[in-house]
Amino acid sequence: MKNVMKIRIKFRKYGNLKFIGHLDVQRYFQKTVRRAGIDVAYTTGFSPHQIMSFAAPLGLGQESNGEYLDLEVNSFAGSAETADALNKCGVEGIEVLSVSVLPPGAKNAMASVAAASYTVRFREGREPDFDWRRHLEECGSLKDGIYELRLEKNALYMLLKTGSAGNLKPSAVMEAYLAAHGETLKENALLITREETYLDLGTGENRQLAPLDAVGKICGALSNQDGEIGS
Amino acid sequence: MMSKLALPDDILLKVEKPARYIGGEVNAVIKNKAEVDVRIAFCFPDVYEIGMSHLGMQILYDMFNRMDGVWCERVYSPWVDLDALMRKEKIPLFALESQDNILDFDLLAITIQYEMCYTNILQILDLSGIPFFAKERGEDMPIVIGGGPCTYNPEPVAEFFDLFYIGEGETRYGELIALYRRCREEHTGRKEFLRRAAGIPGIYVPSFYQTSYGEDGTISAFTPVEEGIPATVLKEVEMDLSDAPYPLKPLVPFMRVTQDRVVLEIMRGCMRGCRFCQAGQIYRPVRERDADVLKQYALEALKNTGQEEISLSSLSSSDHTALPELLNFLIEDCRKKHVNISLPSLRIDAFSLDVMSKVQDVKKTSLTFAPEAGSQRLRDVINKGLTEEDILHGASLAFLGGWTRVKLYFMLGLPTETEEDIRGIAELSNKIAAAFYELVPKEKRTNGRVQIVASTSFFVPKPFTPFQWASQCTKEEFLDKAYATKRAIQAQLNQKSIKYNWHEADTSVLEGVLARGDRRIAEVLLKVYKKGAVYDAWSEYFDNEKWMEAFAECGIDPAFYTSRERGTEEILPWDFIDCGVSKAFLKREWEKALRGETTSNCRKECQGCGAARFGGGICYEKRDEDSD
Repeated sequence: MKNVMKIRIKFRKYGNLKFIGHLDVQRYFQKTVRRAGIDVAYTTGFSPHQIMSFAAPLGLGQESNGEYLDLEVNSFAGSAETADALNKCGVEGIEVLSVSVLPPGAKNAMASVAAASYTVRFREGREPDFDWRRHLEECGSLKDGIYELRLEKNALYMLLKTGSAGNLKPSAVMEAYLAAHGETLKENALLITREETYLDLGTGENRQLAPLDAVGKICGALSNQDGEIGS
Repeated sequence: MMSKLALPDDILLKVEKPARYIGGEVNAVIKNKAEVDVRIAFCFPDVYEIGMSHLGMQILYDMFNRMDGVWCERVYSPWVDLDALMRKEKIPLFALESQDNILDFDLLAITIQYEMCYTNILQILDLSGIPFFAKERGEDMPIVIGGGPCTYNPEPVAEFFDLFYIGEGETRYGELIALYRRCREEHTGRKEFLRRAAGIPGIYVPSFYQTSYGEDGTISAFTPVEEGIPATVLKEVEMDLSDAPYPLKPLVPFMRVTQDRVVLEIMRGCMRGCRFCQAGQIYRPVRERDADVLKQYALEALKNTGQEEISLSSLSSSDHTALPELLNFLIEDCRKKHVNISLPSLRIDAFSLDVMSKVQDVKKTSLTFAPEAGSQRLRDVINKGLTEEDILHGASLAFLGGWTRVKLYFMLGLPTETEEDIRGIAELSNKIAAAFYELVPKEKRTNGRVQIVASTSFFVPKPFTPFQWASQCTKEEFLDKAYATKRAIQAQLNQKSIKYNWHEADTSVLEGVLARGDRRIAEVLLKVYKKGAVYDAWSEYFDNEKWMEAFAECGIDPAFYTSRERGTEEILPWDFIDCGVSKAFLKREWEKALRGETTSNCRKECQGCGAARFGGGICYEKRDEDSD
């Protein structure tokens, strides 16, 4: 069997590019990977495509400091070199933060997602009428899947259940919170930044959340002849 | 640096596909404003996905941005949802790169690719805050320039433009921009700039010409109003394509657009001389780009874009003398890189089928033929050198190679068309289906049966074609012909294998008015725009009622421009333009058409069309008696 390596790319999406959707981000990376000359693995057949998988789609209008995608490659130029190559031919608004090599058999990014953290702010003039900072302790019980919620530098920090087993959006939490106070969210009231995407290293109820690339390793150059891949 | 967006978040989150409006794509050009003294807003007056797919715009965007001190940015029509919000919130139209208002630009260059975008031109001016009529524009307003195929009859939109650039953009823009700078330094004012611009070859400044009309409504005179303004404008041609600038770093959109691939323009012009085809006349003479240059361009552009597909562009790719060499190179290189090759409409023969089977899944793709007319007699009239034998032979080869789908394109309403010609469409479709069942044994029929899709469009006579004098059918005639086609197909033995589609008749009639209209049409355009017409090329937004009301209110009968047959002595609105092909040649071709006589292609025999005056291209290549 052909020895392919799986790498996990962490990136941030910011500024004007918050207005491009999830499919556009996928298309962007397909082309950027080619421009960067990354030795990506392809499927076979008449229209071969790159073997690529994204973690959790990000809502239109949101920024993120913790997005991930997995890529299968035939050879690997090294973590720093790969990140650098992607950024050199990339655009402002998407920045590759790190690249790590996954151990063999690692679950793909999408299947791994267990939680995500966010900072949420109100746009100026769109705060609710009650003092929303004062009753935050209520929030924990509003919805299933709120793992953490606290005030951090005048913004709300939330850690929420995410992924195929259940997906809680920060806007749903805020809607429920405001509803409990007889209010509704004003249009586009929230500025949301996803801070990190997590997988769960624990078992059952014992959650042990870690950033999605915690299972990977920062590596130098590797080719698929090197026995050490993923060891 | 990231530009500050012209649109607030609230609007961008409300509209469909906000990626249309943010710019910042791969290979978008950002310049330092301090080092720029001429700013060009280059507009394709249709939605982003369409405009971004246009090769000509990529070529000129690249060319302008190679010029020192010039920054060219893009503008597309805001989609209807944003259009409404911009009006409501009084947000002026902006260019994508800098997000600056169009009013901040020196030049607004609009490419006019099809007639049905004319109301979108008015939308662009309106949202920019530029007065509709050139004569109403102040000194500080951008100079509004028109270019593209529709400028071969610019008259319906003439009064909305300060100047038109007639012909290929590679040759004179440097000169025009230098003149603009000089006039600005000398503070000559707008009118003097335009006066001097009118002296540059290829430049038409409508305000320096006037039209008078006779009692029958036809043009009695079209003349310059000042001494020194040329009476005719000769189109511009780039004679050295291999040396002309070409975008090696084409823009890569974030969102999916119509033409989402690298496009390689392999040649300009067409040697075939189909009599209905405007492109076949106005882009003469045929000029090829050198195969080695093309190979290098393909490699560079794929590397710089990361695109997964490349396509060849020309009017008739099979006629490029080095096509096999180029395709073999691309097939080899693209296989290594996992790049798809999308083939342009090639003449179907053993070579092209072999190439197609290498780059496509034959089970999934269809084969395209454009006989354009159903009978040999009518194909001779239009000089479409494709015989029934060619088609059946090509289809048979394809069926044996595993193809099971065939697309056929025809036109209805061609000059001299009879019921028999229409029946010919059905009969030809049937014969192709019969060939399949005869050739392919039951057990080998991949999809069970052959699928033939016959589509008809309605013929619209265009300026600078031998049919520029022809009468166009009325809507009722068009629809009768479509029903007749449908009935004839239903009467065929293999009718279950044939699907028939036809085009809208209303739009074809309107396209006819706009294609051969004169300056009096401007009033109709403005009126219908004010009634809310925009995006007329989009059937879901086209509203024929509004147009008919506008014609009535202006006292203009559309039939004057469509069904009326023009005499060859009549002064046509576009006569002052010299497209390189002589009127005498077009007249000869019109007469031969009516006699059902064909004309051979340029490679076989020169027909003396007049394009040889440009001093190059196919006109000076060795003739080939066997070219067919």
